[in-house]
Amino acid sequence: MTAVLTAPAQPRDRRRQKRWIGLAVALTVLFVVIALSVAIGSRSIDLATVWRVLWHADDSPESAIVHDLRLPRTVLGIAVGAALGLAGTVMQALTRNPLAEPGLLGVNLGASTGVVIAIAFLGVGSAAGYVWFAFAGAALVSAAVFALGGAGRHPTPERQILAGISITSVLGAIVWAILVLRREAFDRYRHWDVGSFSDREAGTVLRILPFVAAGVVLALLLGRRLNALSLGDESATSLGASPVRIRALGLLAVTLLCGAATAAAGPIWFLGLAVPYTARMIVGSDHRWILAYAVVLGPALLLGADVLGRVLVAPAELPVGVVTAFLGAPLFIALCRRRRLSTL
Amino acid sequence: MIRAGGLSLRLHPRTGAIGLVLLLIALGVAFVNLTTGDSPVPVAEVLKSLAGKGTAGTDFIVYELRLPRVLVTLLVGVALGASGAVFQSLTRNPLGSPDFVGLTTGAASGALIVMLITGGGGLRVGAGAIIGCVITAVAVYLLAFRRGVQPFRLVLMGIGVSALLEAFNSYLIYRAQLNEAIAAQVWLIGSVNGRGWTEVVIVAVTVVVLVPLILYYGRHLKVLALGDEMAVLQGVPVERSRAILALAAVGLSAGATAAAGPIAFVALAAPPLAARLSRSPDAGILPAAVMGAALLSAGDWAAQNVLPSDNIPVGVVTAALGGLYLTWLLLHERRGARA
Repeated sequence: MTAVLTAPAQPRDRRRQKRWIGLAVALTVLFVVIALSVAIGSRSIDLATVWRVLWHADDSPESAIVHDLRLPRTVLGIAVGAALGLAGTVMQALTRNPLAEPGLLGVNLGASTGVVIAIAFLGVGSAAGYVWFAFAGAALVSAAVFALGGAGRHPTPERQILAGISITSVLGAIVWAILVLRREAFDRYRHWDVGSFSDREAGTVLRILPFVAAGVVLALLLGRRLNALSLGDESATSLGASPVRIRALGLLAVTLLCGAATAAAGPIWFLGLAVPYTARMIVGSDHRWILAYAVVLGPALLLGADVLGRVLVAPAELPVGVVTAFLGAPLFIALCRRRRLSTL
Repeated sequence: MIRAGGLSLRLHPRTGAIGLVLLLIALGVAFVNLTTGDSPVPVAEVLKSLAGKGTAGTDFIVYELRLPRVLVTLLVGVALGASGAVFQSLTRNPLGSPDFVGLTTGAASGALIVMLITGGGGLRVGAGAIIGCVITAVAVYLLAFRRGVQPFRLVLMGIGVSALLEAFNSYLIYRAQLNEAIAAQVWLIGSVNGRGWTEVVIVAVTVVVLVPLILYYGRHLKVLALGDEMAVLQGVPVERSRAILALAAVGLSAGATAAAGPIAFVALAAPPLAARLSRSPDAGILPAAVMGAALLSAGDWAAQNVLPSDNIPVGVVTAALGGLYLTWLLLHERRGARA
């Protein structure tokens, strides 16, 4: 703290300037990706037309495509991207584990299990209904992973990943046992499980938006406290922050964000790993900035992956969950190949 | 101590006894599985059929429906147990099982490509699984290699590669027709339902060829566990033994997957359970193999008789039990680290 306070003003200003410029660049990228996401697809529309029909809806097919298909999909991508990017950031800060990620730690599969139970036994068929079960599943699993892999005296990043994987396998077995018994649920599940924004029913995004918004606000407010927590539990306490309360609030944010995102888009892996990693590379270790960047970078990366999925195998499309796994797994492998995993 | 030519096998009496008991359990459960099912066949009738004096009806049930399934279960259990024992010993890590180094997911990808893209069945699915398994093994090993292979890095690389392949697998299932998708999914969980003599032959050949090889080179495992320098001093050809053992273990895992699909966690749990029962730190390959057979037979019995529906794949049972075992392992290690 004191080092920062007494540091000469000039470099500090320059760093701040750099961060603002970086954020502006990230925002620009996000807007470009949003424009691409609305314009590109099995029937591409040039940007001028997009701009025209965006404000003046008419009954041309372009207008229908933009308003009924591309816009909801893009907004969903923004919401899910922001949610998963922030969730990953908060999880990494809480566990001080640079490998922590909602997918790898099993939180997304917890949400999936909730959804499968809802589909198979309770006949729930819409994201509005899924979302509560997804929350319950996500909350239970994140609590369990923290208890298993994070609460010990020397929790290592690798151990937490293994705790996540072991919980994933138990839940996976439950999911498959259910799905083998209920074939009609299986058909719905496999389209949801792949992680995709297409063929989601209209209104999905509106249903999850309140939860995502609450989670985003909560996560952004946690920035300063996460900074305190990153100094260690004792230091955090001496700074007047309660580690227990920070963890509880963080867990709540993760649950809201992962539950809502997973209910809407299916399990999407590795976004929560890539976003905080990229943000830390740009801004360093201040969580207030990392969180702010995550809100912008998450949607940019996820929409980018979605657009890529539409272009790569056109006229068919790759589900976004497959694209993120193919981009994210190499990053995970590269991080693990480093000789010493730096803990946060 | 048993000596036969250059091969000497040192058996603790307790380990030998446990191995024998496990073998009896495995065979006993297998026999029970022969008598139970949709149409129960009395013990005496089964024995008559096995002796070649049965009626046409019981012969059909025993030889065509149940015996292949029972044999596949036993042999796959042996293959997984032995493969797990070798991997865990080589990586010196209780998590170094084929499940965790991505082999089973790789085998699944190979099989899915055959089932859903080229549209083959039977033997070709098995071949696809074996090729996928071997390619994945090489890839994971190369990725984990950096001035030697650290066991933990191997496991993490396996997790990363698995995640990649799982996304690929779920995409293949997503774009398939519903019926094909369901068949592929059941295969993916690992099942011995409806296995015929083709699968018996696949896994039997693998076991008969590779298990003796593993036993022969397995005598070096204890020395290898002491470290490379020690092993060289003892006159053990380190690199060659390790390479042959690893390849044979990959082969066993591939053969088992080709016959029954990627059955989870038997390879992970069988060796330490055998070790725990025989109260020695490392029970060796044979008890682990027999333990695998006993576990999988019992799992298949549970899948058929305990759970509400009789078409639950055995892989569901092993995954649930294995996950619980893994959770226990993590908790236990944590306590151990604390103490």
